[in-house]
Amino acid sequence: MMARKDRFDRRKLVAHLLRDRGDALIVGGLGASTWDLAAAGLDNRNVYLWGGMGLACSIGLGLASAQPTRRVLVVTGDGEMMMGIGSLATIAAATPDNLAILVLDNQAFGETGRQAGLTAGPTDIAAMAKGAGFDRVMTATSAADLPSLEKLLYRTPGPAFAVARIALTDDPLVLPDNNGAVMAGRFRAALGLADRS
Amino acid sequence: MTRHDWSSDVLDVFRSKLIRQIGTVPDAGLTRLLNLCSADNSIKVMTLTREDEGIGLVTGAWLGGERAALLMQSSGVGNVINALSLPAVCSAPCLMLVTMRGQWGEANGWQVPMGRATPTVLQAMGVTCYPVDRAEAVGDTVSAAADMAFHGGAAVAVLIDQRVIGAKTFDANGEGA
Repeated sequence: MMARKDRFDRRKLVAHLLRDRGDALIVGGLGASTWDLAAAGLDNRNVYLWGGMGLACSIGLGLASAQPTRRVLVVTGDGEMMMGIGSLATIAAATPDNLAILVLDNQAFGETGRQAGLTAGPTDIAAMAKGAGFDRVMTATSAADLPSLEKLLYRTPGPAFAVARIALTDDPLVLPDNNGAVMAGRFRAALGLADRS
Repeated sequence: MTRHDWSSDVLDVFRSKLIRQIGTVPDAGLTRLLNLCSADNSIKVMTLTREDEGIGLVTGAWLGGERAALLMQSSGVGNVINALSLPAVCSAPCLMLVTMRGQWGEANGWQVPMGRATPTVLQAMGVTCYPVDRAEAVGDTVSAAADMAFHGGAAVAVLIDQRVIGAKTFDANGEGA
């Protein structure tokens, strides 16, 4: 596949963005977004989702509300975001100032056979975020957008929302542990929390 | 006879159990409780578009060290089925309060199928159901459910019977749903 200049390579983009994470907590949506996070280096401060399609942003909202001093970043795909699109209205109303969302948009259901996604048609997720009530929204398509993308995701008061246009690629599977209880326990331990409650 | 104020009892339980976040798609039967929670500075009430968001919310809250609960009508239980995989797989606490419709003197037949299926659906996803049909028992039931959820990493739903909240009346103008 020819690389397009108006599309990011998802693995390079996510790896680049994670180098700048500081102490941010990151939620990866089912499934390729979670594999991207794993490929950038396993980290107990990441929530790796193998299920619950449509819930990544809602998990981010609960987490951001519970950890108001930490930046929370949700990284998910266009299909996962569309399934939970209503959560953007919930988040805009709740106004978590530490929450940012990055949608990796390849306009396809890459995990299930590359069927065309709804963003391949007339649907514009960034416009939907604006309509839901997000004030700070951008669409990134090339390296020139990276400084403003990093600023939006990490240093702009939330809730902030970005779409990054990415190429539809075949990337090697890099899978985090699929035991949800183990993952959750590691995450809570990284925050200094007990096993339960 | 004045009706027992179960909503105040539940607010007291939320306070004593340190519930900090509430996600809800409102129901008429939850009106007083939601108003009480909204007026409490220690509780953040977040209105959802769909009930499944609430499963993500309460799981995210737990990952971050706060306790949360999802409040919804029985029709909303149909919207959370796959989402219940998340707390199940993560052994995360998931406390739900469900006000029942389609159950006792229901005048809107459209509410009946989901009302009838509510406990079956929840149990099929591994949720422990605590039905309660007396207003005086709601507070204790929520307290027990909270302990089971937060200490045991379990999904627990308190099903508040239509006899507690009162069947919705439809006046001659056909008002109400």
